[in-house]
Amino acid sequence: MAQISAEKGHSDGATRRDFLDLVAWSTVAVGAGALAWPLVDSMNPAADVLAMSTAEVDISQVPVGSGVTVKWRGKPVFLRHRTEAEIEEARAVDVSDLRDPQTDDARVVKPEWLVIVGICTHLGCVPLGNKPSEQRGEFGGYFCPCHGSHYDTSGRIRRGPAPTNLAVPEYEFTSDTVVRIG
Amino acid sequence: MRKITHRLAALALLLGAAAGPAMAAGDAPAPIDKSWPHEGMFGTYDRAALQRGFQVYQSVCQGCHGLDYIAFRNLEALGYDAEEVKAIAAQYTVVDGPDDQGEMFERPGRPSDRKPAPYPNDAAAAAANGGKAPPDLSLITKARVSGEDYVYSLLVGYEEAPAGFEVSEGGYYNKYFPGHVIAMPPPLYPEGVTYDDGTTASVEQMAADVTQFLAWAAEPKLEARKQTGLKVMLFLIVAAGLLYAYKRRIWSRIH
Amino acid sequence: MASDAPAPVLKSGVLRWIDDRLPIVSWGYKEFVAYPAPKNLNYFWNFGSLAGICLLLQIMTGIVLAMHYTPHTSMAFESVEHIMRDVNFGWLLRYAHANGASMFFIVVYIHIFRGLYYGSYKAPRELLWMLGVVILLLMMATAFMGYVLPWGQMSFWGATVITNLFSAIPLVGESIVTWLWGGFAVDNPTLNRFFSLHYLMPFVIVAVVFLHILALHQFGSNNPVGIEVSKKDKIPFHPYYTVKDLFGLMVFLLVFGGFVFYAPNMLGHPDNYIPADPLVTPPHIVPEWYFLPFYAILRSITFDIFWIIPAKLGGVLAMFGAIAVLFVLPWLDTSKVRSARFRPVYKWLFWLLVIDSFILGYVGSQPPEGLLPTIGLIATIYYFAHFLVILPLLGKLERPLPLPESIGSPVLRGGMTAQAAE
Repeated sequence: MAQISAEKGHSDGATRRDFLDLVAWSTVAVGAGALAWPLVDSMNPAADVLAMSTAEVDISQVPVGSGVTVKWRGKPVFLRHRTEAEIEEARAVDVSDLRDPQTDDARVVKPEWLVIVGICTHLGCVPLGNKPSEQRGEFGGYFCPCHGSHYDTSGRIRRGPAPTNLAVPEYEFTSDTVVRIG
Repeated sequence: MRKITHRLAALALLLGAAAGPAMAAGDAPAPIDKSWPHEGMFGTYDRAALQRGFQVYQSVCQGCHGLDYIAFRNLEALGYDAEEVKAIAAQYTVVDGPDDQGEMFERPGRPSDRKPAPYPNDAAAAAANGGKAPPDLSLITKARVSGEDYVYSLLVGYEEAPAGFEVSEGGYYNKYFPGHVIAMPPPLYPEGVTYDDGTTASVEQMAADVTQFLAWAAEPKLEARKQTGLKVMLFLIVAAGLLYAYKRRIWSRIH
Repeated sequence: MASDAPAPVLKSGVLRWIDDRLPIVSWGYKEFVAYPAPKNLNYFWNFGSLAGICLLLQIMTGIVLAMHYTPHTSMAFESVEHIMRDVNFGWLLRYAHANGASMFFIVVYIHIFRGLYYGSYKAPRELLWMLGVVILLLMMATAFMGYVLPWGQMSFWGATVITNLFSAIPLVGESIVTWLWGGFAVDNPTLNRFFSLHYLMPFVIVAVVFLHILALHQFGSNNPVGIEVSKKDKIPFHPYYTVKDLFGLMVFLLVFGGFVFYAPNMLGHPDNYIPADPLVTPPHIVPEWYFLPFYAILRSITFDIFWIIPAKLGGVLAMFGAIAVLFVLPWLDTSKVRSARFRPVYKWLFWLLVIDSFILGYVGSQPPEGLLPTIGLIATIYYFAHFLVILPLLGKLERPLPLPESIGSPVLRGGMTAQAAE
């Protein structure tokens, strides 16, 4: 009781205490945050998972019109050797009509090779169409059997629930016949 | 009130309309609805059929299809005694090791071994079978809609493709397979197996036998399950009756 | 109120000694033995304690199953088969656990709809209701993660589809999904953490269940008539409701046993007996039956909302909104009358909501073809309209029937009172 009235009487004693109050609790909050971060971050991809993040693919054996599927970071990647007609079709599309507008040129390094992540951007299923024997949907590219998304020969979404085009991973041609993904 | 009844009727109509296309979507006909001895509350496996089915599996299926979760010791459930199981196991070659030189070696199978797989891995299985690995059969009757009926129908469902239906290369027409083009060649031919017990090996007989064997492989504890179930259910019925009477008596103080 | 309950008379000196220092005996006696419950509760009131028993059964079977299960992508499927084939009574434990999850949801859904019918969420029981919704959410998370553990095709693809929902969150969605997975796809780190959390969550549920019971006993149980119950119309929980609940439990176990012993795979999906394969998508991914209505709501939004919210985010928001709306239900329902017995219009609307839920469940189980997406959308709109539009208006427009004076008397307020008094 006596203490309180003493502080009340002391005008800058109150501000000093408020300041100390703030600093003390802030320090505790920072400490708690610093403690939580290792726990949260431990759930992010581990070093060995990250180390598996590049893949080299030999594409010399893939015939025109067909594709090869490789596993990269646990996901399928489609490398498709496109025909002239397919390239033409992909280029002829009016970009402004697309749900996720992108030109074909922006999606390929070499026009005859389409390299995309084979995971439907809707809910993560693997679309069909990388092999000529599979269903390719109404736009000749890919068709997702889960919820019926249709992609064109550039892997762009044309119809169905998927919001965006099939993702293009980072990749480069290390030689004429080898692609390094990641 | 009338509005609500109208609404209910409209919803019911919508639901009915929806069922139409959904049913039409599956293009394969419903599998043959066959009755199995192990069906129903008291059904048990027919041991003779299981043994014949195992024989069909051995002579027809095992070249391509594994039975990964079955160990030879499990075969005692088919009615074989310990000596017979030992003899069956010894027919197979199992890779064991490493020995004291660090080498893997081959030896005859023992009852405790699992049945060796036909291919060293899935990729080898796929490569040897036109790109698609033949599925393991340990759980096949539980892994397919309609279970035993589907497996049986598939085995007897090979026929000439209808006019105008194009069967792609390396495929066979099967009435009950979704899409009708199956990569597995027709496995069963009349007299394709000579049964030890002298049963005539018609395609239907072999298909039914091997299906029952596979049903056992998928659910080996079926008989124990139903026997336990019977005891538990009887206990629960008695307990429910007693507790109902007891409940009535206690509550009679209030009513 | 719980404090109305008499304290126990402890004969044992040891018990009295303990209870003086740590009053758990008298607490347990007050809350679970003497707890005064309305005497007119019908059999729908069995489902609360039944849900608690389901939780205990799941924990018991789950702990033993965890002793035989291996949470690794290369061994999970096989370890489940090991349980099914080689572990003593393993088949019983696993079938009881898998079907037990379904039974738990049936019981809880009946419990929820009972609350909806008799207006158990209304003041002063709002927090009791909200804690129940929290339990439902925790149950859903637990069940979802549990379904991933056998590592079959539906486990894997269900996990992929559901975790991908979080990618709909603007800006940070992708990072959150990577964090949830612990990698770049559903893989071993995902399976491992799901196992850890699946083991943890039931105990969190137990804690919330205790809060739920605490909130229940603050004002006591609602009842089929929905009016406040006087002291003379209450009876002690034991023996009246213990014996009634026990009888109900036996009937429930008969149904449960019917599934476990005679149709153990009926509620499951055959694809989950195929080991998970990240490169092969099943033609038709469906969640477990208890998620189907929510799955239908998720898929019903196939268009951008107001050009701002993209379809995918819209679907996710609608799905979570379907549960979020339950949190605010006590304030959306403006009617003062609790029980639907005295609400002639609400009674019908309740059954419409039940039918609507079944329609959503059916739509969720089918591939989105033909008329179904449209029906799903209509059913979704109706679901939200029921809570957000109809209930607030109905409270103002509906004329409830006269309420009785007490649950014991058939006497109604108004004209009937005079007649009965003669």
